[in-house]
Amino acid sequence: MNYFPDEVLEHVFDFITSHKDRNSVSLVCKSWYKIEKYSRQRVFIGNCYSISPERLIARFPGLKSLTLKGKPHFADFNLVPDDWGGFLYPWIKAMARSRIGLEELRLKRMVVSDESLELLSKSFPNFKSLVLVSCEGFTTDGLAAVAANCRLLRELDLQENEVEDHRGHWLSCFPENCTSLVLLNFACLKGEINLASLERLVARSPNLKSLRLNRAVPFDTLQRLLMRAPQLVDLGTGSYVHDPYSEAYNKLKAAIQSCNSIRSLSGFLEVAPRCMSAVYPVCENLTFLNLSYAAGLQSIELTKLIQYCRKLQRLWILDCIGDKGLGVVASTCKELQELRVFPSDPFDAGNAAVTEEGLVLVSAGCPKLNSLLYFCQQMTNAALITVAKNCTNFIRFRLCILDPIKPDPVTNQPLDEGFGAIVRSCKGLKRLSLSGLLTDQVFYYIGMHAKQLEMLSIAFAGDSDKGMLYVLNGCKKLRKLEIRDCPFGDAALLEDMGKYETMRSLWMSSCEVTLGACKTLAKKMPSLNVEIINESEQTEFNLEDRQKVDKMYLYRTVVGHRKDAPEFVWLL
Amino acid sequence: METRVNYKNELNLMATELRLGLPGSDDKPSIRNNKRNSPDISEDYSSSKSSSSITMPGDDDQDSPPPAKEQVVGWPPIRSYRRNCIQNTKKNKGEGTGMYVKVSMDGAPYLRKIDLRVYKSYPQLLKALETMFKLTIGEYSEREGYNGSDYAPTYEDKDGDWMLVGDVPWEMFVCCCKRLRIMKGSEARGIV
Repeated sequence: MNYFPDEVLEHVFDFITSHKDRNSVSLVCKSWYKIEKYSRQRVFIGNCYSISPERLIARFPGLKSLTLKGKPHFADFNLVPDDWGGFLYPWIKAMARSRIGLEELRLKRMVVSDESLELLSKSFPNFKSLVLVSCEGFTTDGLAAVAANCRLLRELDLQENEVEDHRGHWLSCFPENCTSLVLLNFACLKGEINLASLERLVARSPNLKSLRLNRAVPFDTLQRLLMRAPQLVDLGTGSYVHDPYSEAYNKLKAAIQSCNSIRSLSGFLEVAPRCMSAVYPVCENLTFLNLSYAAGLQSIELTKLIQYCRKLQRLWILDCIGDKGLGVVASTCKELQELRVFPSDPFDAGNAAVTEEGLVLVSAGCPKLNSLLYFCQQMTNAALITVAKNCTNFIRFRLCILDPIKPDPVTNQPLDEGFGAIVRSCKGLKRLSLSGLLTDQVFYYIGMHAKQLEMLSIAFAGDSDKGMLYVLNGCKKLRKLEIRDCPFGDAALLEDMGKYETMRSLWMSSCEVTLGACKTLAKKMPSLNVEIINESEQTEFNLEDRQKVDKMYLYRTVVGHRKDAPEFVWLL
Repeated sequence: METRVNYKNELNLMATELRLGLPGSDDKPSIRNNKRNSPDISEDYSSSKSSSSITMPGDDDQDSPPPAKEQVVGWPPIRSYRRNCIQNTKKNKGEGTGMYVKVSMDGAPYLRKIDLRVYKSYPQLLKALETMFKLTIGEYSEREGYNGSDYAPTYEDKDGDWMLVGDVPWEMFVCCCKRLRIMKGSEARGIV
């Protein structure tokens, strides 16, 4: 290996793109480590507190593309208080100071301030792509800074963020000579948009392939935008409400027909069902359809639309499609790989319109199905066993029965056997979320069979520490484990402390774990940060070791305790 | 998850309390109480529920009214963004604020008022109007409007124009309608 000059090795390494592989390459020998280090451009950090910005920069000075994830996953469901952490600013500050040539930044569940966006926009002249998923802390002023200062911006992708809207002038901040946009997604913004600026921006962006509008963009603007951008591949409509007999509607129909590159469709944030027929011509080539925010469409309109979507690979939809509607999906979408069915009425458990029947139909009709997120009224063991038989390719299987400890309604049994069938049959399963009435037995099956499992989410399940132990002992590839409201306690937590060094993180809330056990773990494992989130008035000194902790989050790290933890987070 | 809840004498504040445990579990934070007896793995579940503080659905008297819906924090697991969108849609559909519009009928001595938010669809609204004014409006068709009936319901929209009720989607109608007027058939035919 020493016979090759560095440049040759570097060229070879260029072909190695997966993070795992590059990590392996850097461990071979000192010279490979060095070459890999300087040539590494893309870095993925699954937990922003596992390393510090300074160490990242020292390790990979040639960094161009950074992915950062902040808060634990359960923060999505309001289980983590605001101000817990996950701040972007220190990263931007450090990279700016070290003159990192940052071009791409992808963030998930981070707190992004306007200040950090502004600093970002001014510090990285080659900055091209900003993707924010489930983030918060910024306003449209921060977006204005990005628009104004990032001259080479290609992608601005805002997915499901909570953004404080200071009205629509940010769009006008894109300079007139900015013509590089390829992707613009502002669907999550709640406020008004300067429509004229938007039209001009789209008109001067010949490379624009993906455009997702927010609710404030009306029907007739959509028509004009489509006329200017017939090359679009991915379209998210804003408001889609109009009189189907009007001239504007006919114009839109014509505009859509000239957009024959559209492969991905979403939006319909406000929708007039009778206007959906304009979209039918696009359906036959669609590979991704997201109607999960189109609350105005009923099952009948959904199924009419889906009947045209023969090439669909990914479908995100609301449960008002019903079991019968899923039957239509099963008979039409033979290429389907991913299905997500969201609840349209999540707080009324008696109302979910899909049951186990819909899932069984889809599993029978769509053999390529490998990724599922399914919110439903009920599930049976028989159905899960059938699904497991029909679809052995599941990589992600997330089932959420709206009533969290509901047993099989036919047999009144727990759903252990059903999930057991899934893990036995789907040997490649990487992600699993459980729900329904479950005993330790399901964890026995998971530990025994889910050998590729990387992420497991458990709620209101199990009987004893045995359950958690089955999982920790059996799932060798486990990286993320999140548990809420389960009777798992100290014995399970402390049995194999070294296991947590092989994982990214563990979350346990409303379980039986005591403060004393958490302290023991923290003391014995200096490579882990053990955090307790305590929202009651009790200070650390009042809480006794034998008292149970509300929320515990532990993760491996190379930089010890973080310095930015708020008062209610105790670092043990 | 049904438990008997006494609404008669108390405000039953408990039912509206937001907590981490499951609805139906008792006073103490139920997170501490959800340990079930560890049955043998193969034990039939339908028999062993008395020690659990979480009642299984279906085992209580089906006749008792369902309790006020308690919400478990963070359940169901949907992103806050999506949750907020759903709640906003519900709010926009008018839960609580009411939207009263005047209703006039040709020949009637005085006007009435109705709350549009109470109705979820055109048939419901038309039925209410028929009851209120003791008349028949008949069937709506896209082509012919209310042809064939003695009366035609019309409304004044945001632009001040008089429109035939039924043409636009219901949600759009509720947002645009400023007042209603039930026209006599003979006059109404001019609109169609």
